[in-house]
Amino acid sequence: MNVAVAKTGKGRAVSDLFTSAEGRLPGSPSVIAARREAFETYERLGLPHRRIEEWKYTDLRALVGEVLPLAAAPDAAALKRAAEAVKAHAIDGARKLVLVDGVFAADLSDVKALSSEVSFKTSRESLEKDAGLLTTASTDAVISLNAAMATDGVVLSIADGAQLSAPIQIIHIATAASASSFTRSRVAVGKGVHATIIESFVAAGAKAYQINDAVLMTVGDDADVAHIRLMDDAPDAVNITSQFVTVGANTKLNVFNMTTGAAVSRLQGFITLAGEGSELSANGVNLLQKTEHGDTTLVVDHAVPNCVSREVFRAVLDDRAHSVFQGRIIVRPDAQKTDGKMMIRALLLSDEAEADNKPELEIFADDVSCGHGATAGALDESLLFYLKARGLPEKQAQALLIQAFVGEAIEQIADDNLREHVIGIAERWLERRQ
Amino acid sequence: MALLEVKDLKVRVEEREILHGLTLTVNEGEIHAIMGPNGSGKSTLSHVIAGKPGYEVTDGQILFKGEDLLEMAPEERAAKGVFLAFQYPVEIPGVTTMNFLRTALNAQRKARGESELMVPDFLKKVREVSKSLNIPQDMLKRGVNVGFSGGEKKRNEVLQMALFEPSLCILDEMDSGLDIDALRIAADGVNALHSPKRAMVVITHYQRLLNYIVPDIVHVMSKGRVVKSGGKELAQELEESGYAQFEDAA
Repeated sequence: MNVAVAKTGKGRAVSDLFTSAEGRLPGSPSVIAARREAFETYERLGLPHRRIEEWKYTDLRALVGEVLPLAAAPDAAALKRAAEAVKAHAIDGARKLVLVDGVFAADLSDVKALSSEVSFKTSRESLEKDAGLLTTASTDAVISLNAAMATDGVVLSIADGAQLSAPIQIIHIATAASASSFTRSRVAVGKGVHATIIESFVAAGAKAYQINDAVLMTVGDDADVAHIRLMDDAPDAVNITSQFVTVGANTKLNVFNMTTGAAVSRLQGFITLAGEGSELSANGVNLLQKTEHGDTTLVVDHAVPNCVSREVFRAVLDDRAHSVFQGRIIVRPDAQKTDGKMMIRALLLSDEAEADNKPELEIFADDVSCGHGATAGALDESLLFYLKARGLPEKQAQALLIQAFVGEAIEQIADDNLREHVIGIAERWLERRQ
Repeated sequence: MALLEVKDLKVRVEEREILHGLTLTVNEGEIHAIMGPNGSGKSTLSHVIAGKPGYEVTDGQILFKGEDLLEMAPEERAAKGVFLAFQYPVEIPGVTTMNFLRTALNAQRKARGESELMVPDFLKKVREVSKSLNIPQDMLKRGVNVGFSGGEKKRNEVLQMALFEPSLCILDEMDSGLDIDALRIAADGVNALHSPKRAMVVITHYQRLLNYIVPDIVHVMSKGRVVKSGGKELAQELEESGYAQFEDAA
């Protein structure tokens, strides 16, 4: 930790991390003042560590140590590398919005091809005007750091009733080594919208970089929305993402996360079901190897009655990988007839892998149906033998069983094309370990 | 020509010797029945031939087409032509039967240096065989054996046998848990696969199965050894007099 400087006194020195970046951060003097305040909050707290309950299993002080300086804006060479990465990771038919080292890259994006029912601007533009984007429902050290340092992102607004046939894919590409990117985006989905939003995180040759991303999302009533995140950052990268989602009434929201990269990662999601009659399906797969550490922390807040939430999470852990799943379901006093279920399963392929599963139910209403389950175990030897007796070599037999294991979570993705894409990512991960 | 030669085989499971010097020779085209009371070591023999972990061979050898079978991993044995039809086929949720069949067949072909079967050829073959075994197509789309009845599971084993075309089929208690109709369908499937190059070893506790799959040679196992071998009439004799005489003899 090299960012903690003075701890007392007004007008104290702010660490280099902020001062060296300040000139490049978008914002009027009042926005910059809000950023400075957020940075001071971050500095006061420091990187989260194991004595902070929410970060008990993901001690960033031990795992990450220091926050790297802000990445330089991408130059022509960086954008060229990024263009290659876009080709490799674009989903067929999707409208792409590309962020390179935390900066929106218009030339790589399909802004003009966006539906007329989608309004778009960059977060940079938004922040030049006011600090609205910097406010979130809750905060912690990494979220404060993001508010202080966010350089760019996308601000999308999807008009009421829009039926988007093409998914929108936000692609984060890292080209700068040993540097940090901070992005913050807002997606406002109107009433009755049908849409799919995908976020991809990939590297274009960069190593040992850090990502701190925040997504603020609201979904209106009667909507049907899929929000898919595919994090395949470089194996020595760090990715900390915070999502804030508020869901209206009678809406179906399907969120999915897949982690196949980064040395240290955490996805922390805060989803509030704020309108009655909505259904949330939150699922994810973490495929981790070597010494990778992958944390999924999800808070589902049933604030109103008659909502359903379903969570299916799978982790596959090889070598000395460490997976963390913290799932909290909150049922507020008024949220009667809540139906919330969470199932977490970890598959340990090595004796040295570790899974920490922490389900929590906080129920303040008396007429609800909530449950959770968590298991961790090895592959079933009898199934392995059956497959080997039919001619499958050990690794191939394992791969087939692992695919089946993660399949239950991946199956929740309704779109065939997207589901096949995700299965492809899992298959490539399995091939890497053969 | 000798397909399988088991010579003076001694096998332990967790310090306890189960097979005490078993000898058995199966030639191409022959159907052998191995009968015996519970605990005589019938299933242990089938597991050791297939390469199931947990068995320690302390003495003797198993040759398959003249090669040392015990040196091979289970998947190599499968590729060479050894097929064990399981007494209790496992359920594999999330892996469709079709995907499993194609993956397994292509893994065996790859191990033998053959090209992978093209999808249309594979589908045609599966359809033909599954039709003859009365296996509905929608069963092939489900997870392997998931929600299958006992009879369906055994027919799925026979389906695999037909697809993989092994030279040695070991049927471990194929009749367990089957009613007479299910047994007949499975047995008809097995009989259809009998050929001059392919041998069958039928392991069973009861004579009933041998009414449908008629053996050339019957062996009686007791206490980890083959204690008597004879023609198919031996099975009938056992049905009448029971295993007690052989248990005393062993």
